[in-house]
Amino acid sequence: MAERKGLTPLQLDALREVGNIGSGNAAVALSTMVDKKVMLSVPRASLVPLVKVSDLVGGAETPVVGIYLHISGDASGSMLLLLEEKSARELAHLMVSGMEGGELTVVEQSALQETGSILAGSYLNALSQMTGILLKPSVPGFAMDMAGAIIDFILVEISQSEDYVLVIETEFDVLQHKIRGHLILFPDLGSLDIILGRLGVTTD
Amino acid sequence: MEETLTEQVVNVGVAEYYVTHNPHVLASYGLGSCVGVALYDERKKIGGLAHIMLPDSKAISRPGKPGRYADTAIRAMVEEMEKLGSRRRDIKAKIAGGACMFTIPGATNPKNVPGPAIGMQIGERNVEATKRALRELNIPLVAEDTGGNYGRTMRFNVSDGRVVISSIRHGTREL
Repeated sequence: MAERKGLTPLQLDALREVGNIGSGNAAVALSTMVDKKVMLSVPRASLVPLVKVSDLVGGAETPVVGIYLHISGDASGSMLLLLEEKSARELAHLMVSGMEGGELTVVEQSALQETGSILAGSYLNALSQMTGILLKPSVPGFAMDMAGAIIDFILVEISQSEDYVLVIETEFDVLQHKIRGHLILFPDLGSLDIILGRLGVTTD
Repeated sequence: MEETLTEQVVNVGVAEYYVTHNPHVLASYGLGSCVGVALYDERKKIGGLAHIMLPDSKAISRPGKPGRYADTAIRAMVEEMEKLGSRRRDIKAKIAGGACMFTIPGATNPKNVPGPAIGMQIGERNVEATKRALRELNIPLVAEDTGGNYGRTMRFNVSDGRVVISSIRHGTREL
């Protein structure tokens, strides 16, 4: 792959649109699951230096729940649903009745895992329909730990030699429930040309 | 205690390393499959910390920054410490991290070779490569807190060589 100094504004716009369509579809799925309104932020698409990625979610030591899916198919990458611990508990309680405020039970963990899987599935489905690129999510992995520890694993997956990664990130809020999360798509930089090509944005 | 309040903390981020002869605290936050490598010369009070991400620069066609790989990061730190006046035989190592954060049955790695995704064993491979690099440079590994499935923060105090590991689920321990 040629040296990539950055992305043009047009390319970044196209990638934000990817975030828009994917997270829009995921939000509908989440809203249906919990029967609540879900608000979305404007998606961010940017090349982020490796050392800065965990700053996107409040710093490397922030306790979070991460649900991770590897993407394969015509393009590869990673998808991550990241919830701060409090938000994860709230969301789990909305789906599975359990003890408020306690540690997450196995059932709650698997409910969150399933949520991640459904949101990622809806996100990628919308993308596939829009671009004709086949994107297959893996089964979801679950981890509850420091954000940095969860993210460094993904950096290894997608960045073997670059000093930055492409991040397409949307924040969502479940209204009236103090649930805030991040849905993050990390396309492999090697897949970027394929995605941009299908979006009709040339990659010089 | 007054000293610890004013001591300068240097954040050593993913794929970075930092060498100093000043009494700083070098910290790597939220190590997952990454490995933190602290090198310490007690005689000269010179220390370095690397936050390595991958085991081997030789496996990558265009490797990029040396701080990213166990082999190149450790070698680069040793060279810088020697420039600051350390003798190779005075340098000792403490390491932490190399966890396996997720397990995903049936996942494939980025090259679509069937089998577990590359990240599944990457923590373990990072630890192995770190130990190999230390052996090749004749640097004794005096303490480690590696493996498992949880994230760690590593703080290395260059003034006294103490390394403190903290985690969310397994508390704090000194190496």
